[in-house]
Amino acid sequence: MYSGTASLKDEEEFTDILEERRRTTDLGYALRTFNPQPYKGAPYSSTSDLKKAVLESQYLRYIAKEIALETGSSVEKVRQEARGILEEMSHNLQLGFIRLMAYTVNKVFKRLFRSIYVNMEGLNMLQQAIQESPVILMPNHRSYVDFLIVSFILFTYDIPIPVIAAGIPLASMKVVGEILRRSGAFFIRRAIGSDKLYWAVLSEYVRTIVRTGCAPLEFYVEGFRSRTLKSVVPKLGMMDMVLEPYFKGEVFDITLVPISISYDRVVEESLLALELLGVPKPKESTTGLFKASRVLQEDYGCMHVNFGRPLSVRQLCEGKINRSEYNLIPRDLPQRPSTEIQDCVNWVAHLIVRTQEEGSLISPWSLMACLLLQAPITTLTEEGLQWHGLTEKTLWLRKLVLDFRGRLNWPDSDVMSSTVALHHSIVHHKAGRVCLVQDGDPASQDPLSPEEGVMRTAAAVLMLVSYRNQALHVFVRPGILATAIHITKSTQKDELFSFFCFLRDVFANEFIFIPGRASQDFDEACSLLQKCGAVHMSEQEVTVLETGLEVLSFLQKLLQPFLDSYQLIFRYLCENGAHVFTEKQFLPAVQNLATKLILSGDLHTFEVLSSDTQKNVLSALRRLEAVTKLRAGLYITQKELLGGSIPTRFPLC
Amino acid sequence: MSGFSDNIMRLSGRMLSQYPAQRDWDGKLTRAPHPGIIPTCSIVTLSDNLPKQEIMKWNGWGYSDSKFLYNKKGQAEFTGKRYRLSGMIIPGLREWMESTFGANLQHKTPAAPILNSSAVQPPTLNEAFLKELKSTGIPFSHDAEDRVFRSHGHCLHEIFALREGKIGRVPDLVVWPNCHNDVVKIVELACKHNVCLMPYGGGTSVSSALECPPEETRSIVSLDTSQMNRILWIDEKNLTAHVEAGIVGQDLERLLNESGYCTGHEPDSMEFSSLGGWVATRASGMKKNIYGNIEDLVVHIKMVTPQGVIEKSCQGPRMSTGPDVHHFIMGSEGTLGVVTEVTMKIRPMPEYQKYGSVVFPNFEMGVACLREVARQRCAPASIRLMDNEQFKFGHALKPQVSSIFTSFLDGLKKFYITKFKGFDPNRLCVATLLFEGDREKVLQHEKQVYDIAAKFGGLAAGEDNGQRGYMLTFVIAYLRDLGMDYYVIGESFETSVPWDRVLDICRNVKARIVRECKDKGVQFPPLSTCRVTQTYDAGACVYFYFAFNYRGLSDPVHVYEQVEHAAREEILANGGSLSHHHGVGKLRKEWMRETISSVGMGMLKSVKDYVDPNNIFGNRNLL
Repeated sequence: MYSGTASLKDEEEFTDILEERRRTTDLGYALRTFNPQPYKGAPYSSTSDLKKAVLESQYLRYIAKEIALETGSSVEKVRQEARGILEEMSHNLQLGFIRLMAYTVNKVFKRLFRSIYVNMEGLNMLQQAIQESPVILMPNHRSYVDFLIVSFILFTYDIPIPVIAAGIPLASMKVVGEILRRSGAFFIRRAIGSDKLYWAVLSEYVRTIVRTGCAPLEFYVEGFRSRTLKSVVPKLGMMDMVLEPYFKGEVFDITLVPISISYDRVVEESLLALELLGVPKPKESTTGLFKASRVLQEDYGCMHVNFGRPLSVRQLCEGKINRSEYNLIPRDLPQRPSTEIQDCVNWVAHLIVRTQEEGSLISPWSLMACLLLQAPITTLTEEGLQWHGLTEKTLWLRKLVLDFRGRLNWPDSDVMSSTVALHHSIVHHKAGRVCLVQDGDPASQDPLSPEEGVMRTAAAVLMLVSYRNQALHVFVRPGILATAIHITKSTQKDELFSFFCFLRDVFANEFIFIPGRASQDFDEACSLLQKCGAVHMSEQEVTVLETGLEVLSFLQKLLQPFLDSYQLIFRYLCENGAHVFTEKQFLPAVQNLATKLILSGDLHTFEVLSSDTQKNVLSALRRLEAVTKLRAGLYITQKELLGGSIPTRFPLC
Repeated sequence: MSGFSDNIMRLSGRMLSQYPAQRDWDGKLTRAPHPGIIPTCSIVTLSDNLPKQEIMKWNGWGYSDSKFLYNKKGQAEFTGKRYRLSGMIIPGLREWMESTFGANLQHKTPAAPILNSSAVQPPTLNEAFLKELKSTGIPFSHDAEDRVFRSHGHCLHEIFALREGKIGRVPDLVVWPNCHNDVVKIVELACKHNVCLMPYGGGTSVSSALECPPEETRSIVSLDTSQMNRILWIDEKNLTAHVEAGIVGQDLERLLNESGYCTGHEPDSMEFSSLGGWVATRASGMKKNIYGNIEDLVVHIKMVTPQGVIEKSCQGPRMSTGPDVHHFIMGSEGTLGVVTEVTMKIRPMPEYQKYGSVVFPNFEMGVACLREVARQRCAPASIRLMDNEQFKFGHALKPQVSSIFTSFLDGLKKFYITKFKGFDPNRLCVATLLFEGDREKVLQHEKQVYDIAAKFGGLAAGEDNGQRGYMLTFVIAYLRDLGMDYYVIGESFETSVPWDRVLDICRNVKARIVRECKDKGVQFPPLSTCRVTQTYDAGACVYFYFAFNYRGLSDPVHVYEQVEHAAREEILANGGSLSHHHGVGKLRKEWMRETISSVGMGMLKSVKDYVDPNNIFGNRNLL
């Protein structure tokens, strides 16, 4: 037993599940008796039963008829097509392959990680929940390694194996695709767009799994692997499908289990940064997988899998929706949900991601990354940061995190140097100083062009950024308040609140804010700042305390890169951008402008170079209706808005 | 079908007219086709110079002489002579109660034995009204016992309060009109003197409809229709009977049977509920598949309102004369006036009657079978599907078997179903059937239904099981009183729902009840069970039973009400109706607007405003 931090209570103790694996044989483990207690309401159904139920559903019949009418093709043809889609999609969960999977994964994990910590209390609650109602497992997705970790753990602890929603590229990997399919993966195409039949098959497939409760369903509510290691605003398609059986009364309840997976070090760390800078990610392929096997040589520290408290959809939705809206139309027919229902789905999805954030463990390295990024870039790349100062400040930050109720993964001894040693690919520690490691062949004598130099540094910085991002969720709310205080220079609560809401709104694609909870978020920010002694609160006013300057400045600087990035792009669209622009033009143009400004010393952040930031800004502008999408990839700016209210409110500092 | 069930069928079908009347068994069937009631002991009414309440419990269900109790040996027993179960030992009941509720014979919660008249508020009398009433010669009373008896229906909270001796607002006066004209006089006087009238029929309401509104300051007069209990004429050419509305179900059936007819309207409460009450609540009978619900049976209604008497001018079987005014009356729950006389359809008594039952491997298959039966429109007179819990409950109510042979047969059947056919005793469920008509057709019909059942894995399980299922209907209300003696409270409620939602609503409502009980601190898991009791073309009627052990709860009735409220919310969220036949009363008023829309409410209100502008019929039900 190992207790993550002093702040974690006994019930939150973690167990290293690899420990036992190292003591027994892999084969013996893979062949262990597996006898899980399934959902009590579920009659046994095979994968072919499932497929049959989907194909013969009233819903699919109806859609097939509709499509046949629209396209002039025959119903039989459409149904044939649906059968094809279903074949491509379906999982084919088989215990034999679960054993094979467990055997392999076990070997790989033992190689990659020192320990995999799991909270047993969470597993116990899950085991209970699975018998009560259909369970949806909702992990965050930070690494490909995540993909089978939950199945691996559930196999180990005799809990029914989930079926997992995966992207279709995985299916096309030779052999591996089939193994994954038989380990419970089902595959979803990436760009479904308006393919009505595909949507119909997929949604009926998912709903049938939930309705029958034949297996727990696992999916990533964030939609994809977060390249920035920051939580991604949830996608609602799957969430909708998963919740619908509850809304329509087809099940009594559905249990959502948020799962937070945290890594000391992410296997794909260097790929992520390159991808964000526009180097395309390698296509998933089996040979690629073997090439990646050199990553097996590295040490990735520990992994924490934190099973969150099971959440009852019924309880979550109580008072938010009126299920009787489905009373007047047969439930088998497609029905556009009311805005009430849509809002509720959106709310639940955000809540899950927030819960995942709260359940994730912050490593000392994340805190260091926060601090390293606040140093001037030349210090980082050239003379380096003082080791002593950095460790002192990290300890200070640790205390702040605890004040902010963050969960830490703080090993007992030798924290700082072992942390830095683990991340030797990003920083090195020499002679009392810590510097950024910059990739590239040092043997090469070709001098880099200044632009290439920027990209090189950016790659290193973005790696650091991604580790900082793992800790951001703890600081975001007080950080926004600190920023509001900094910019408005106001002490009036009303004024701060209104600016807080404005920032929260602008950054809603960047950070996870639960919709409709602005005032709770503000209150939380206030109370946290008060708790750490940064501000004094009264009925009407928020006054900064002398003792709080350090905290406020840290928080404000933490969010500064976001402000800078957003501002730069806003300015670009106001000044340089044409009325109508394409996404293809926009992204490189912003990158060029940013590179120039970085070189001239007018811009201090590399984060605007990240395609993720750029896309988020675009989404934010569309949400704020400053930019309108004409068609795929083509946008038009609404000058009066962009030139008016947003920038004037947005800080030009 | 298997030879097994064929055998059972041949053993037990019977021609109602074939056997001489002195044979107890058959005599019972000829006179009141009921497994439960022995009608030879006919109900005694006030016209026999004995007030009805003398033979009825004042704080529980039904006849004073009939009740469940645990005898000195600790065995359950049903007393009296009125029912098939009367005088019998029920060996399985105790264990069932103990294991289902965690009840214990040591922990008793006896009821207050007699009514303490001093707990009853003195009547608020309207002297001018009283004076004129006296001059009409219509009998009346302001005796405490008479008033309390008519102050309640049979909701759990009403009975619970009575058992504790707690008496709330009760009517100030009871009047017994003897005929339509008496009612006209009473209503005129009430209007003249601004007295609140509350019609009272059989008193079997389960919707708080008889509760006196506490905010009512006028004198409340309970208008008891029990003396208007005559069949005025029978029209054999048109097969109709003209009947006074105070007649009680079993009397109506018995009297018509004497002339070779029946109405076929048999609500579960038919021993005590009245024709006027059926009309006022839109009642439904067990055999509605053959005879129809009350709205199908009624040909003509006479109702006395503050604006005068409403009735149609003829007895045409169907009319296109604007919205049917009968539908303002049916379901009006005593808010518009008093139904005094009704012409209703009658049928010749059926020649042949046969019970039956089918065991299904699970409830899902059972529902699928009922749905198919409805699709083929071949439902027997009655078809009901009990879930597993209710099946076990029914089992627990089996009286002590007298012969070794019977118990051996029972064992054999059980073995056949659970071992040979592989039914899981914790999942299987039972449908009970009642066929009626001429012999040939019944047998043909029976075969058709059993063939459908076989397609859904159903096995014929004999006539006895079917009959016991229907008997349960009549004694279950008595059982609640036994439960209340031992810390167990419960109630039933119903809904109607489209076919595709039947399984979902059953599962969800039962689960909701269990969850709510847990949340409200109920110590033992509740009994939460249901049955599908009626089939229609487009849906079914579902009945829920719910009971729990309330030891350790400070306000059990409040907990009970919260759970029932939640269960009703669940019903509505799952596409169920507010009520299939119990009505709205005051218990379910809060959901009326969402049920019939604001415009709908406005329509009903405007009728009320026209018919009864001074709210003389002030029971405040429905709206």
